[in-house]
Amino acid sequence: MNPLELVRAQPGPGFTVTLDGRDIEALPGQTVAAALWTAGVTSWRSTRGAGRPRGVFCGIGVCFDCLVTVNDRPNQRACLVPVRPGDTIRTQEGTGHDD
Amino acid sequence: MTDRPHLAVIGAGPAGLAASLAAAARGIRVTLIDSGSAAGGQFYRGPAPGLGARRPQALHHQWHTWDRLARGLAGHVRAGRIEHLTDHHVWCVERQSGRFAVHALLGPEQERPATVHAEAVLLATGGYEKVLPFPGWTLPGVVTAGGAQAMLKGSLVVPGRTAVVAGTGPLLLPVATGLAAAGVDVAALVESADPNAFWRATRDPNPLPPRTRDPKAFLRRTRALAAQPGKVAEGAQYAAQLVRHRVKVMARHTLVEAHGEARLEAVTIAALDSDGRARPGTERRIACDTLAVGHGMLPHTDLAESLGCRIDGLNVHVDEEQRTDVPGVWAAGETTGIGGSALSLAEGHIAGRSVAARLAGAEPDPREWAAVAKSRTRMREFFAALDTVYAPPAHWTEQVTDDTVVCRCEEVTGGEIRRAVGELGAGDVRTVKLLTRAGMGWCQGRMCEPAVAGLAGCAQTSARRLLARPVPLGVLAAAGEDPDEPRGPDDPEGD
Repeated sequence: MNPLELVRAQPGPGFTVTLDGRDIEALPGQTVAAALWTAGVTSWRSTRGAGRPRGVFCGIGVCFDCLVTVNDRPNQRACLVPVRPGDTIRTQEGTGHDD
Repeated sequence: MTDRPHLAVIGAGPAGLAASLAAAARGIRVTLIDSGSAAGGQFYRGPAPGLGARRPQALHHQWHTWDRLARGLAGHVRAGRIEHLTDHHVWCVERQSGRFAVHALLGPEQERPATVHAEAVLLATGGYEKVLPFPGWTLPGVVTAGGAQAMLKGSLVVPGRTAVVAGTGPLLLPVATGLAAAGVDVAALVESADPNAFWRATRDPNPLPPRTRDPKAFLRRTRALAAQPGKVAEGAQYAAQLVRHRVKVMARHTLVEAHGEARLEAVTIAALDSDGRARPGTERRIACDTLAVGHGMLPHTDLAESLGCRIDGLNVHVDEEQRTDVPGVWAAGETTGIGGSALSLAEGHIAGRSVAARLAGAEPDPREWAAVAKSRTRMREFFAALDTVYAPPAHWTEQVTDDTVVCRCEEVTGGEIRRAVGELGAGDVRTVKLLTRAGMGWCQGRMCEPAVAGLAGCAQTSARRLLARPVPLGVLAAAGEDPDEPRGPDDPEGD
């Protein structure tokens, strides 16, 4: 059983986005974080101080741990932002403003 | 229609929905403002429409109640009595000469502003999860229990294959059973409290547990538990599901450490002794790629604080009608104290009826909602009793090593906080913050505040955040120049 089967989901057509240039499949309605989790990715940011990996923590927009660069805009909360066809997602280093 | 009195409800979870429906049904024009793209809040969160769930109730809570609320909302929206603004992230509510301006940011980008004006405001802003730190809690793969649930319910995703659900509190039960139903191997449910004390108390009102020092308090608690047969049944259902999914439940155990380099690989747990300390020699390592962890809930009170509402402890203070002490501002649901969806519905309903009467210039008659008020009292007692059962281990701070990151945003460690307290004399959260930057990062201390307070040996107090979320400077600068809101010379806050 997976979650899609559990609720008998019939998602709209899937689409492709990129994470650091690599193709990732996403489903309509999912957040950026959900698409990354589905692709087996659980970290997409390194911290400003120790450069440690981070991903989703609170899942509801409170903690800001899941910050990511989407279409060249850094510091987007991956757990809130809906994924859209053609999105260019990049892992975020530090504040996201250095590159 | 526009001359009808106007209420702005902030938050479309159980409390906000109940209040909106109650007020709209009594002639009030309601604007329901919510950050979600659909109504429901966290509790009634459902799969995104694009995912085409044909059986959403499989992951949903209280489906029939939700269905009734959703139909009610749709009916009022169609009739023009409720305007439902989705994707509106409220960052401040401003008092303006007896009226209110609710300032929000639009959409996921949260850069474009929108303002709603109303004669009354209802704060139904809900709560968020409390997580206490331990070594490794910043590793990817470690998520809050509620976060795992939100991702599962909303986007139908799970973070890995093998999970441990740990911490304390009733939320761990639906999270463990939900993950298991969605195909995750839940290796253990690790609860630091002893929920058996809870069940024993509901069955047998007489015997005192060995460590209870106040028999009267115990009896009060027992009565509160026994008065909620629905809650007992709910707990029994979760217990049956845990058995069915072969989830091992380990009560009186605590997290010691999460292991891994780039990602979570295992956790170490240990049994607690009768003083609430990890008992040496009982450590056990469990391989897992997911840890869903939570230690209870905290109310969102930022908007109430910026309005100047009285806060009792961590909760917005309300009277019998759910009014705050600021005229024109009501509050209902978790923001007035954590108590679950049924209590939120009761509070929201009472608030909506009170608003309807007061905005029509009438004194409400509490006898009209006596039954709801009675159930509100019972449920508040029940959750007060629950709080005494589910508490983090008494000595949880001993699991926070000097190397453990406590403030996740600013990467402030336990050692730095202990130095601020021990060597520099900090005795409260604010002083620790000024000395270490703990709580000065993106989340503004929402994640680390309980831990910093615990390490500083003081009680957590309300945070007094002026703005409820980050706001672009341009929006902030323009907020005082709202063209829709001509300010008169009699407006004391007009400049």
